[in-house]
Formats: sequence, structure tokens, C-alpha cells
Amino acid sequence: MKNVTLSVDGKKITVPECATVFSAAEKAGISIPTLCRHEDLEPKGACGMCIVKIEGQPGFKRSCVTRVEEGMDVFTSTAAIRDIRRGILELILAAHPADCLQCIKHGKCELQTLAERFEIRDLRYDRYTRGLSVDRSSLGIVRDMNKCIGCGRCVQVCNEVQTVASIFFHGRGSNTIVSPACGTTMGDSVCVNCGQCVVYCPVGALYEREAVEEVWNAIDDPDKVVVAQIAPAVRAAIGEEFGMEPGELGIGRLYSALKALGVDVVFDTNFSADLTIVEEATEFLGRLKKSDPFPLITSCSPGWVKFGETFYPDLLENVSSCKSPQQMLGALIKTHYVESRGLDRDNVVSLSIMPCTAKKFEATRPEMHSSDARDVDYVLTTREIARMIRQAGIDFRNLPDGVPDPLLSCYSGAATIFGASGGVMEAALRTAYEFATGKTLEKVDFVDMRGMAGVKEAEIDVGGTPIKVAVTNGLGNARKMLDRIAEEKRQGRSSYHFVEIMACAGGCVGGGGQPIPNTLARRAARIEGLYREDRDLPFRKSHENPEVKALYAEFLGSPGGERAHKLLHTEYIPRERYQFSG
Amino acid sequence: MNDIQFVARFAALGKPLDIDAFALSSGFSGLRKALAMAPAEVVAEVKRSGLRGRGGAGFPTGLKWESIVGGDERYLVCNADEGEPGTFKDRFVLEHAPFLVLEGMAIAAYAIGARTGYIYVRGEYPQIVASLSSAIASAVKAGYLGEHILGSDFAFGVEVRKGGGSYVVGDETALLNSLMGNRGYPFLKPPFPTEKGLWGKPTIVNNVETLAYVPYIFAHGADAFASIGSPDSPGLKLFSVSGHVAHPGVYEFPMGSTVRDLEAAAGGAMGNLKAVQIGGTAGPVFDAAALDYSLDFASMRKAGGALGSGALVFMNTTVNMAQVLDVTMRFFAEESCGQCFPCRYGTRQLAFMANKIASGQGKVEYLDLMRDTARVMVGSSLCPFGQSIALPLESLLNGFGDEVVSFVKQQEFLKEAAV
Amino acid sequence: MAINGRVSAGGADTVDDAGGVGKKRSTRRDTLLSALHEVQNHSPGKTWITNGELAGIAQDYGIPLAELDGIVSFYTMFSRERRGRHVIRLCDSLSCRICGSLDIYQHIRKKLGISRGMTTGDGAFSLEIVNCLGACGTSPNMMIDDHLISGLSAAEIDTMLDSLARGEA
Repeated sequence: MKNVTLSVDGKKITVPECATVFSAAEKAGISIPTLCRHEDLEPKGACGMCIVKIEGQPGFKRSCVTRVEEGMDVFTSTAAIRDIRRGILELILAAHPADCLQCIKHGKCELQTLAERFEIRDLRYDRYTRGLSVDRSSLGIVRDMNKCIGCGRCVQVCNEVQTVASIFFHGRGSNTIVSPACGTTMGDSVCVNCGQCVVYCPVGALYEREAVEEVWNAIDDPDKVVVAQIAPAVRAAIGEEFGMEPGELGIGRLYSALKALGVDVVFDTNFSADLTIVEEATEFLGRLKKSDPFPLITSCSPGWVKFGETFYPDLLENVSSCKSPQQMLGALIKTHYVESRGLDRDNVVSLSIMPCTAKKFEATRPEMHSSDARDVDYVLTTREIARMIRQAGIDFRNLPDGVPDPLLSCYSGAATIFGASGGVMEAALRTAYEFATGKTLEKVDFVDMRGMAGVKEAEIDVGGTPIKVAVTNGLGNARKMLDRIAEEKRQGRSSYHFVEIMACAGGCVGGGGQPIPNTLARRAARIEGLYREDRDLPFRKSHENPEVKALYAEFLGSPGGERAHKLLHTEYIPRERYQFSG
Repeated sequence: MNDIQFVARFAALGKPLDIDAFALSSGFSGLRKALAMAPAEVVAEVKRSGLRGRGGAGFPTGLKWESIVGGDERYLVCNADEGEPGTFKDRFVLEHAPFLVLEGMAIAAYAIGARTGYIYVRGEYPQIVASLSSAIASAVKAGYLGEHILGSDFAFGVEVRKGGGSYVVGDETALLNSLMGNRGYPFLKPPFPTEKGLWGKPTIVNNVETLAYVPYIFAHGADAFASIGSPDSPGLKLFSVSGHVAHPGVYEFPMGSTVRDLEAAAGGAMGNLKAVQIGGTAGPVFDAAALDYSLDFASMRKAGGALGSGALVFMNTTVNMAQVLDVTMRFFAEESCGQCFPCRYGTRQLAFMANKIASGQGKVEYLDLMRDTARVMVGSSLCPFGQSIALPLESLLNGFGDEVVSFVKQQEFLKEAAV
Repeated sequence: MAINGRVSAGGADTVDDAGGVGKKRSTRRDTLLSALHEVQNHSPGKTWITNGELAGIAQDYGIPLAELDGIVSFYTMFSRERRGRHVIRLCDSLSCRICGSLDIYQHIRKKLGISRGMTTGDGAFSLEIVNCLGACGTSPNMMIDDHLISGLSAAEIDTMLDSLARGEA
């Protein structure tokens, strides 16, 4: 690719010829305002805020979609342009609810930031809002369309990136609104709760369904024993909420913070990630012996699971019957932990801290009541636990590293990489290899499984048998993979033995509950943090986990056995996309 | 008066679907001549004629055809989504001389190397959707469309597609989006349709009337075409005349004729002429001085307007300009596609303020605020629709400012304003 | 799904120009609007598209339902709610307005007892105000179903509406 040199506000800058004027300006240190553009998405030119003047060209051009040209002379902030930007902001604000102080995005809202930056002191227009009720029908995501500015990021993410297509633009002109099909609510739509719409929304129109108040109540209730678990991907991102870098591990501080908040017992989902691997490797090797059906597809991503149930019901028999680590641990908390401490199960509150909005849905699934109660009572996203920590006035950055409670918290390096795309597969291979061959795996790193690529493949020799594996992240990539699997299944064959699917780009590090900005670049940095931890941990294979071994010995019996099956395995439900009477 | 007619002469045959009658009147003679030339020569001839697009933008047709580039597949699309208020000349052509359009399409397709053509007809012209299909079938049967046209190696098929009710889909890229079964959002340009159009392939979109005049260039020669009208806008034009005139209708006149010529042809204004809107809703509203304006692209630009579709709406003194402002701003708000912020939000505020003014509830502050809003829209709207709102708005606030202000000062007017 | 309008026309497994994800797409998507008209008006007196019909078209064309619903909602000729057996579209753009569209509107309002956007109680008529119908030479204009109606007196309008309500014409 050739390079091109142009001038932006008098600064000479050289960029590849495919760059946009917007990104050239960025490189020159000039921040052009925008409300619809996002570095991860294709620019649509909706908001008009990014207009610039290009010498020799009439009018103004949207810098987000204009390619650079050699010798271009660009002015990003003339008086006329500033005036137009303020005009656009005024128009938006006149149509926007004036309740910033009560809004979940207060202080983090891109509209607020620009209104402040451009000093909108005066709203000359008559104000109006849509007057809609907030859609709280979904278990993971809340939609407040009164606040939607129509940037289209959520529509693009849901349709073009995730290919779930649960929402789209409806209506025309100023009546345009983003909504699910045919007047259904979010909860009744095909939405899988992946929350990618939430992490790209610039304002407070889409957000997680909060459990903060309920969790405070549980913590404050002296009769309740609050038992928490923390997902792998959370540790690499929680620090961002407190000024730390993405990928900087915050797990030690988080253990301390939870105790400081009043959580009684702190376990770690990484423990049950190791457990999941033991169960799933056992399941996989069992399938290998019986030689069908292939591929085995992982099941820890609830966004993917609902996607599979909705769009690929014929492939459900391929999905591992293993529950996700969250749900395995929840079931164990409500049975093994409760029994071992002689507690009254009704007084135990099982809480999980997740990078994920779909986990909120997963926890309510009828199959997730193996303890005859909800195995996970509340799910808090990374953002929510950060809010609680701030509400309590805790100085997260300066907390000492704490330790979790024993029994269900020890973990291997294989567990912690669950938060990255390819991590589950790599963890599974480390264990499956040793289970199948009885030999020690020397080369523990399966680097072909790592990274942000949408699809990763490898062929691993397991005791003479070539095992073909694939990893995909992002539901759009998953769809392509599943189409292929379905087609091959019809032909009675399969390219792969084992496939890992994560709903979110990059894996759970990019989940709908993670700190915003949740850009692909940050996800990559968070992933680095997880592999660093893996490398530095004393043991790196799931089946080496002493607490896991103890659990089987003292409580579960054998992997895939009767008790394991009852508590740690689940079923899937084919779902109708829409049900209409007319 | 005017004695050079082309479209009108075919229309006067009175047998729009009779292909033999059309052919007997030298219909398809242009196609015959074009097919005897090389495609590049056909393009050159259209360039020489100076024909400019008749949909509203007035882009030189030959240049547009010449700029089509690349592609293993190319498309020709006829824009029959006529929706500009005051404009009904495409309906006239399609109802009375459909074979002219088909002939023009065949010549265009030959010139640009397209095998497949579509006529996108607005949904509100259902009879035309049917009659066009019938005309196409006749043309295929008679060898003017389909395989081996007029015995040559050239093959070109045309299909009719029906719109769903949207003005903005008359914009050529919004039309392509709609033709592809999407919401009618205009494209970001570049790339232009000539490079990436229908299904991402190089595409030419031409207006009905533009295509109807293409046969003339080949039947009578580019020089003959260029000798009519004015140097910057050659040829004949179909003017849609409506409003307060004795005989509203479509009148075929040379480009460059005056507004007065058209008023006279339409039987003269009824009552005292107060204002004329020229070019459609996105054109300025002029006072009676416009009678002397020449109706061609350059002259209208010089007069601070645009020829646009060539629509002329005559208004007498029973019309109050606050109401015109209200109707016009409401049109923009209802037809905005909503893709971009300035237009989506701006048209709504403008319609709101114009309605308040027209119903005697306006505020003095609205006038400058409307101007500011228009300026924001001109500077940052994604497509010409939003950019064009300033022309009618400014003309009404400036040219008829006293009257509008009087409404702001709570004057009541005669009829119920609320619809 | 179009990215800035660039959608590949062909094949089940093609990926569109802008590198979007490979969903199954029909090559017939240019016939979508026509198919919607057909389904909306498949029998006399049927003037809207039901959820079930929309779902059927979504399936045929391989378009997600939310997207199809969004496409339909862009175009004013389609209705997703039950409408009258006859749809009256009254033009109120400039030429029609200055030639008396408001008088006609008021007359029809009184005659039928409904305002714009409403349907009569007996299900006979829905009344809509629309923009330019492209027949300004005969302003004021209206369409009733597929027919362009111009130049009727108030009495003639009454006669026509009465006969339509009775099921004639």
C-alpha cells in the first residue's frame, strides 16, 4: 500500500492511501468530533459532526468516509464548521431527554462530552422527546429509546457483525426508531443478550439490566451469606474502571474489594473453568471413541447458546452438555459449599461477577436450578461491580492484593485464558492430550488458537490421532462456521472434531458487560494480560488443579459420572424466532 | 407559440400501447441508427447533443454515460419515481409515449454495455407499472428489446419494478438502494453509481424524460437537438404547469423559453399572479418578476434558483405565503429518509416552526432560527435533499418576509390551517 | 443487509462487497417491494400486511424479520396495521393545497367522521394525507386504492364513497 502525505490544519502527515481523513487527523493529533463513527465499525456518515473543509472542493466533506489524497489540504475546525457542529448538537439535544443527572451514562456519555466540548449553553429549539416507556423486557439489556440519537452503531453491530438481527431502523425521517421486529419487545425478540449493542451505544439508550440494588440488599442482610465468583475476563479489565491499563490484572485487588464491600465468601470462576475442562475433555474423548457426532462445540458462551438454539436447532446435539463455568460453580456453591459449611441454602446468595450481559439471562434458565434453587442468584457485570466499589468509596487502585476463599477458587493457567477467544480450546487440548495419551504434554502453548482473528484453525496430534479444531469469535463468524458445519452434517462429514464458539469478538474480554470503551484494541490488550497470567502461574493444566481433584474425590465422583451429570451438565431448547398469531 | 414538438407528437397519436403506430411514426428509427454505430460513437453523439438530465440535477447525459467504468456486469435504470411536487411530466411520457422511453433505454444500454435494465416506477402509478410491462412485451415480440435487437448481436432486457411510497427514493442512489430491496437511503458518494451502483456494479440511472429525448438525437441528429433551446441547455423540455392557470398540464417547449411563454400556453394565470415556484418544492418561490426568467439551467441558476424538474406552480393572491412555507417544510419533514442527523432533526424543527407560524403561534425568534437550521442542513446533510431546503426557505423568508412576519405577529388567515 | 447500499445480488454463500458476513441472500431481492404489494393487496378489501405474511416473505427472501419490518416501515404505501377496505390518499402538496385540498379534506372528514390516519368504524375506509401524486395538472387529487380521482365536486365525492361503502365499483 502506497503512502500519501497531506496537510491537516497545517500539519503535514503521512498515512497509507486507504486511510480516511478522519484517521489522518487523529494521527496528526487532531480529534475530530463524531457521534456515529467508531474505530471498530464501518463509517456510515450519519451524524455529520466530522465534516471538514478540503481546499478546492465545494462544501464540507465527512472526514470519516473521505479517503486521503496526496497533497490534500484539510481544515477541520473553521468557524463555519464549528458553527454547524454546534447546530447539529443543538438539534440533537432539543430531541433528547434532559435527565443527565439520573442517567446511567452520566459522565460517560459521548453526547454529553461533545455538548460540553462545544459549549452548548443555549437551546433555542422547542424540545420534544419520543415519550416511550423503557423496555425492560430483556433479562440482560435495557432499551430506552427516548435517548437514542439514531447513530446506527447498534444496528450495524447486531446485523452486520453479530448477524443476530434482532433490531433494525423502523419508520422514516424524524420518526425513525431502532426497534425489534413487528412490535415485539427486546425480551421477545431473537436477541441473544450478547450486549455488543450496549458497548457501542454512545449514550444511555442501551444498558445492562442492573442487579446492584439487589446485591446491596443481600450484602446488607445479616442473615444472608453472599458467595461471589469472578469470571476470567473480569480480572484483565476491572482496573480500567479505576484508571489502570487494559490487561493489567486486577484480581488480587478485586478479591479485597469484594471483601471490603461485605461479600462473605469469594470464589473464582476460574476454578470451575478448570472443572469445565475436565468434564468437557472427558466428554470429547468419549465422543472420539464413539466417533460421532462431530464437531463437539463448546457451550460456555450463553450468547452463543441462545444463538444456536434460535438459528441452528439442528446442531444442538453437537453442543457440549457441559454447563458454563458460572453455572457449574453456582450449582456447587448451592450444594457442596452449603453442605460442607452446614448452612441453610435459602440464606446463601450466589453472586457472579461477569464480563457478560448474557450471563444474566443464563442464570435464569430453568435448567440452571440443579440445586432446586437458582444456582446463580445475581449476575453483576464488570461495570456494575465497579460502580458498587465506587459507591462504597473504596480506592481500588491502592488496595492490597487479597486472596480468595479455599474450596472452589484455585485455578490453573488454562482456566484464566478462558476469557480469551481460543482459551477454552487451548485449555481443553492441554487436558485432552494428557487424558488421551497418558503422557505429559511438554509444549503447553497452542499459539495458533490465540489472537483476535475471527476464525482460527489447527490440527493437533493426540497420540497419533490428528484432531482438527477450530475457534471462532463474534457471532457473525460463528454463523459462517455453523453454516459450514450444518452443510457438512447434511453430507455426513465434518471438517472439525472440536469447535470453540464465543459470541463476542476477542472472546469474553469483549463481553457486553466490560468497561466501555470496549474497543477491539482494548480487547486485544486484555487478552495479553490473561496469557501473561497463564504463563506465570505454577500449574497450567486444568486437571492438575488440586481443588478440582479434591472435589471429584470428596463430592463429585468421576468426571461425567452421575453426580457430575446432575450438577454440571445441561440441556438445550430449540427456540422459535418469533411466534405470531396472525 | 411553439411548433417544435417531439414527445407531444407521439403522445398525440393517442395509441400509447400500439407499437405499430409508434413505429409507423418513425418510432425506433433512432435505435436503428444507434445500433449502426459503435457504442463509443453513440456516447459521443449524446455528448455532442448537449442533452442534460431532465430529472432535476441537469447533469450532462453523455458525460454520465461516458464515466461508467469497469464491471463485468452493467445496469441501466430508468428513474420513474417522479415525486417532486408540481411535477407530472414523467407520468405524461409513460402514459402517452412509453415506447419512446423503451427506445431511449435500448440506445443507452447499447452505449454503456448493459444487458439488463429496470424501470423503477413509483408505487402510486400502478396502471403505469402494468402498461409498461405490456409495452415491454410488445417490444420484445417485435424485436426492439430482448435478444438480437433489430437483428443485431445486442441483447437488452427491461423489467419493471414498483416503489413503495417515498419521495427521497427519486434520488438516484436512494432509488438503487430501494431497488435492491432496502430502506431508501441515499448512498455516500464517492464511489458513484457509475462505478458501484446496483448490486455494486457500474450503473447508469436516467430520468424518464431524459431517456425519452435520446431517440431524437439519433432520429434527427445531435446537431438538430443542439440547435433547439439554449447553448447551455439544448433541446426540448416538458414543463409541468399547475396551480392557478386556466389550463394546467404538460407543455413541450424549447429549453430557454420564458415563464411567460409557459403561462400563456397554459391559458394565463387565474386571478392576480402573486408567486411562482420553479423547479419543484426544492426550488425558490419567486414573485411575479419571474415571468421574464428563461427556463434553462444557467439562467435559473443566475436568477438564484434552479431549473430542477421544470415544474411551474403559479400562485395568485388567494395564496398566503405562510401556508406555502408550512406545506413546503412539512413536505421535507415527511419525506426525509432519516439517515443523517442534520436532515432528520432539522426538517422536523423547521416543519414545527413553519406550522406554528402559519397557525399564528409563531415566535419572532423562529425566523433566524429557521435560517440557521437551513444553514446547518446545507453544510452537513448527507444528500442533496437536505442540502436543498435552503432555497425554498430563504426565498419565502426573504422574498415574502413581510407576509411571513405578519403571521408571526398573530394575523389570522382565512381557512383552517391545521390538516 | 446493505452496507451503504452495497449488497451482492447473487448466491447463497457470497459475502457482500464491504466484507460483511455471509448470510444467505436471495437473488430476487429487487422483487421485494413488488412481493410486499402483492401480499398486502392479495384480495379486494385487504390493505395491510400481517405478521404472518411478513414472516413468510422474510423466509422466502432470506431477510431477517426485524430488517424486513424496518424496510416495510420506510414506505408509506404499506401498512402493518389493519386498514379500511378502501384506502383514500388525499394529496396536500403545494398545487393541490392551493387548488383546494383542504376543502376536500374537511368534506371527507365530515362525511366519514374520521381524520387523517384513521379508519371508519365499519372498516370501509382509511384516510391518509399524502404528498404529491404526480398529477398536479388535475389538482386537487386523491387516490382511492389504485385509482386516481380528480375534479369531483363534493356531491360526486359523496356518491362515490357511498357506492364504495356499499361494495359496488
